[in-house]
Parts: sequence; C-alpha cells; structure tokens
Amino acid sequence: MSYPWAREYEPKTGLTKFLDEKLPLPRLVYNAVGAGYPVPRNLSYMWNFGVLAGFFLVVQIVTGIVLAMHYAANAEVAFATTEHIMRDVNWGWLMRYAHANGASFFFIVVYIHIFRGLFYSSYKAPREMIWLLGVVIFLLMMATAFMGYVLPWGQMSFWGAKVITGLFGAIPLVGEPLQVWLLGGFAPDNAALNRFFSLHFLLPFVIAGVVILHIWALHIPGSSNPTGVEVKSESDTLPFHPYYTAKDGFGLGVVLLFFMAMVFFLPNALGHPDNYIEANPLATPAHIVPEWYFWPFYAILRAFTADFILSAKLWGVIAMFASILVWFFLPWLDKSPVRSGHYRPMFRKFFWFGLIPAMIVLFICGGAPAEEPYVMASQIATAYYFLHFLVILPLISSLEKPEPLPYSITEAVLGSDKKAVLGENTTPAV
Amino acid sequence: MIRILGALIGLGFTVVVLWAFGNGAYSAMTEDVAATAEHEFYLSPKDVDFQHEGAFGTWDLAQVQRGYQVYKEVCAVCHSMKFVAFRDFAEIDYTEEEVKALAAEVQVPGIDPNTGEATMRAGVPTDYFPSPYPNKVAAAAANNNAIPPDLSLMTKARGHGTEYVYSLLTGYGPIPEELSEEFPEFTTPTGLYFNQYFPNLNLAMAPPLTSAGQVTYADGTEATVDQMAKDVSAFLTWTAEPTLVKRKQTGWPVLGFLLFATILAFMSKKYVWSSVKPKTED
Repeated sequence: MSYPWAREYEPKTGLTKFLDEKLPLPRLVYNAVGAGYPVPRNLSYMWNFGVLAGFFLVVQIVTGIVLAMHYAANAEVAFATTEHIMRDVNWGWLMRYAHANGASFFFIVVYIHIFRGLFYSSYKAPREMIWLLGVVIFLLMMATAFMGYVLPWGQMSFWGAKVITGLFGAIPLVGEPLQVWLLGGFAPDNAALNRFFSLHFLLPFVIAGVVILHIWALHIPGSSNPTGVEVKSESDTLPFHPYYTAKDGFGLGVVLLFFMAMVFFLPNALGHPDNYIEANPLATPAHIVPEWYFWPFYAILRAFTADFILSAKLWGVIAMFASILVWFFLPWLDKSPVRSGHYRPMFRKFFWFGLIPAMIVLFICGGAPAEEPYVMASQIATAYYFLHFLVILPLISSLEKPEPLPYSITEAVLGSDKKAVLGENTTPAV
Repeated sequence: MIRILGALIGLGFTVVVLWAFGNGAYSAMTEDVAATAEHEFYLSPKDVDFQHEGAFGTWDLAQVQRGYQVYKEVCAVCHSMKFVAFRDFAEIDYTEEEVKALAAEVQVPGIDPNTGEATMRAGVPTDYFPSPYPNKVAAAAANNNAIPPDLSLMTKARGHGTEYVYSLLTGYGPIPEELSEEFPEFTTPTGLYFNQYFPNLNLAMAPPLTSAGQVTYADGTEATVDQMAKDVSAFLTWTAEPTLVKRKQTGWPVLGFLLFATILAFMSKKYVWSSVKPKTED
C-alpha cells in the first residue's frame, strides 16, 4: 500500500521487463527504498537511524561470519582462537574490533532510534505494529549481544553468563532446574559455550527477518514525521530516492567516521580489561559488569535490594524484564491524539527533565559498583522510570492542552499551504 | 482498563523500589561503612610516556628488544607467555637468523623421530614461548600457591595496562606511616609484598627488578630499575597487541577516505535537496 501519488515502477530494458514479469524484485526495491516510496518531506536527521541500524546489522553479520570461520566454540580453546584471530588471521584484528565495536554502534543507533520514537510518539496508531516489532528486534538484539560477549571466554564472558543465567534461578520452584537446563550444567562450560555460539549465529538472521516485517509494517501507513501530522497530499511528500537516499548517505558517512575512529584508535575503550583474562571459574572479578548497552537495565535489576513479600532478587528480575516489556503497551498507555513532542508542552518537560535524566542515572549506576550513592540513585531513577511510562504518560494524555498543530506538513515546511482552511489549524490533525 | 492496570503495576514497582531505597537510606544513616586501606591507599598507575602512545605512535623497536631481554632474563623465570611465537619476533626488527637463534636458545618438548618417545628438542621459529612450569599445579607449588599469570595479554587485561605494569614494577616499598596510623591492623603477611599500585596492596610477586645492572643491555643503555621497568612494559604492550601500530597506521587513510566520501555525500545531499528547499510559496 502507498499513497495514490506514489510513482509506479516502469521497467525500461528487456532484462528488467523480463524480471518484472517473472519475479518483480526490482519493483519491490523501487517501492520500498526507491522513488516509489513517498516520504514526508520534513524528516529530520533523527529519521536516519533506522537505515543506520540496518547498516550495522549487515556489518555484524558480515564480520561475524568471517570471525566464525576462525573461531572454535570449545571452552578449552575459545580464548586461544580469539587470540589466534587477533594475531595470526590476516586482518583478523580488524574483523574482531569491527564486530565488537559494531555491536556498540548498533546499540547506539538503535537507542537513538527508540528514543526518537518515544519523543515523537511514533508508536501511536496507525503504527503500533511497527513499534511492537521494533521492541521484538531490541529484545533479540539483547539476547544476541549477551551470547556474543560470552564467546571470547574471558573472565567477564564467564561471570556475565553466570550472573545472567543466574537470574532465571530466582524464579520460584522451577528456577534452579531451569538454569541448569539453560546452561547444560551447573555453571557455564562447554555445553553453554556451544549453545550460545549456535544461537549467536542463528539470532541475527531472525533479527533480519523481523527487520523485514518491521519495514513491511512501516510501508503500510508510511513514515511518521517531526510534526506528527499525517500526510495529506502529494506536496507533503518526496520520493525516498533520491531525497532520502542522499540524506541517509551523508548520515552514514558521519556515523562511519565515528565508528572507524573507535575501531582504529580506541578499540578496547568500550570493553572491559578483565575480558582479556581467560575465564577462570575459581576467581571472581572484583566488579562483574555487563557491556555498556545493558547498564540501564542492569541498574534496574540491582535497584531492588530489599525483600518485599517476594525476594529482592526476584523483584529485580521481574522489574528488569518489565522495564522493556512496558514498551509493548505504550500505544495503549499514551492516549494523547497529538504525536510529536514539539506540540506537547507537558510531555516534553517530562521527557527531557524526567525520562532522559533517569536513563542517564540508570546508565551510570549500572556501570558502577554496587555501592552508595549509586544504589540509592538507581532506586530513585527506577521508580521514576516505571512512573513515567505507567502513570505519568497516561495522565499527561488527559491533562495536557496540546499546542496548535500546523494544518499540514507542507504548511510546517513552507509556512503556508494553499489547501489550508482557516479555522482548521488549531484542531489536532490526526 | 489497561491504563488502570498499568498504573497499578507502575505504582507497585515504585513502592517496592522505594521500600528498598528506604531500607538502604536507613542503614546508611545507622551503620558506618568501614573504610578500607585498599580503598584509600591504592594508587592509579603513574603517567609515563611511551613512543607507541597516541594516534601517531610507533614502536621504539630498540626499547621493545631491550624489554624482551628483561623479560627473558627476569620475568620468564616464573611467567609464561603462551600466545607469542618466536616467529613473531621478526616484527620487532630481528632478522631471520636472529629469530632462529632466539628460538634455539630454549628447549621444548618434542618427539624422537626414530623411537616416538617424548624428548626435548631445540626451539624453532614456529614454536611458542615455553612455559617455565610443566602445569598449573607445579606453578602453584613453586610460588606459594599463587600461579604467576600468563603475560601475553597483561597490558590489555588491566586498565592503563602499560602504565600499570611499569607502576607495579617500580611501586614496591615500605608501608607508609599514614597508612599504619589510619589502619593499625593492616599488615603485609609473610610471602606477600607491599605495593600501592596493586588493588589489594599486598602482592604475591617478589620485587623482580631490584638493582641497576640486573641485565646488561647489548645496546649500552644504562640498565636502571626505572629503565628496565619501562622497557619491559613496552615489550609487554607489543606482546599484548602486535598489531597496535599497524592498526593506527591503517586508521588514518581509512578516516581520510571516509572524510572525503562524507563531504561528497554532503554535497550531493545539498544538490539533490536544493530544488525543494523552503520557499515562500510555489
């Protein structure tokens, strides 16, 4: 589906005519990311990050497949084969550093993509399915990244695996047998390493599949935009190609500059030194910390330090999973008819002065040792996090008086729209 | 309905986490957190300059070679370096003949080609650096139960690794008076050595570099303790990441190309969008 004014694909050469008849792949591409996909003309650079996330998925799959050719998932040799990649494989160090930092950049662009969606309420009707699939992708990414970090079999790999699978041990009755079943033993060892490798190879392709669904679901209502006003007429849109291919190309160049600067000059800055020590079940690291992209959720896990009917540990596990699962319900929690944060004065304040500081505090506390003042700070931030999504957001949608919306995207961009009818400007156009 | 349910769940989590906060705040007010000597007297690594540092850093090959001499004559007595092979030494300016000679200095386990029996043979360039102990039990037994860690990756396995190794090697000394005053019960048990650059403050490794001239450098450099510590830190930086300099040198052309490509991308974006830039009215 698309807007009625979407350009239609016209095969010109014999080959494309042949293909269009037998397997209309060029038509599919033309309609998905070509001139056949009309996109709101006012997208800011915040709308680059979906394409960038797709790019980093490809980087991870390509570098990952090369690494898998030289890696052996066996607890005896996993650490040594990782060093073999770093020392003996031609350009192996580049592949591994690109893969490790590629994971970080994948999360950076996805976090920006998610928080863009939160600020512009991109999850609202008619785009609920895009959002739901996005949360599924994020969960799959977290599982994949966690299992990937175990593979080099360093100290943090081992102890991270032990802590995270230990979370399942907090579940009453079935917890411990479940943990043993997940690990294939009482502690992470060969069985766990092998299955993590297998799943780490599989899940990226599952992610790629869900990404296709995500884009498919996007093409039904079309892209959202910074005003949150739906597309009304042809003057509101531009064809994806060449306008947004050019804009995405420039954005990709900028992000690649940062990515390559990290890979070549600070490749270990985002990692933990302990992971260059081979896994040792008998020596516990002083501070077990996950990779940086898990810190906010790790902070929520550790914020529950006191028993309250259930054990503190179980509360932490439930809250950590709930902190992401709550995103699934956003389309139905936030009932404000206005999408964009630019026209929502109350929402905007809570977003910039509530949610974002809470996320930053959680991020810092998740990476810090479990001492004061970090624990108490993370408890306040955790409380705000749940209040924001489950109490404040639903309340704002009924209390807030939105600012007047532009009649159309054209009016927002050009200052006026010939089709605008006086008096209609003040009602939210949704 | 979903919003009422959601609000209840949200309030539930809030109550529980604030309960935990209250508990924490109460114990913070009523209980003193005991300060520890480790926490107050641990020192971050000293700042030392090395030629390989920085975005344009290159190996000081003479220093790395001197470091290898210190490693071979001092560290290798107790520590292994299992990821480094003799062939790798070609990268730090040893000739093919020198590499063969260095490898031949060590004896490695082999198999008698005629009888198949286990035997010892002279090393060849493809051999990895031999471990001083046949196994972990022997390593622990010879070292008061503290297994000397493998040094191949040491400078990457510690924060500010190169500086850490240097600081540790030069950081031995008596317990400072302020520490004894503040923590009278703090002692260094027999078999351990006081070192403020070690997180525990008490380290199982005896001071390895004790006097000037402990090694005799072939290039005539004066072998002070400070010089030896610096040199071996540079060497261990190389063993941890032999590709470090190549990595930085590859990075510059990559960034240069990307900058050029990004400028082109920016110009084409400008060009493509020039026709649709906001105008008063079309």
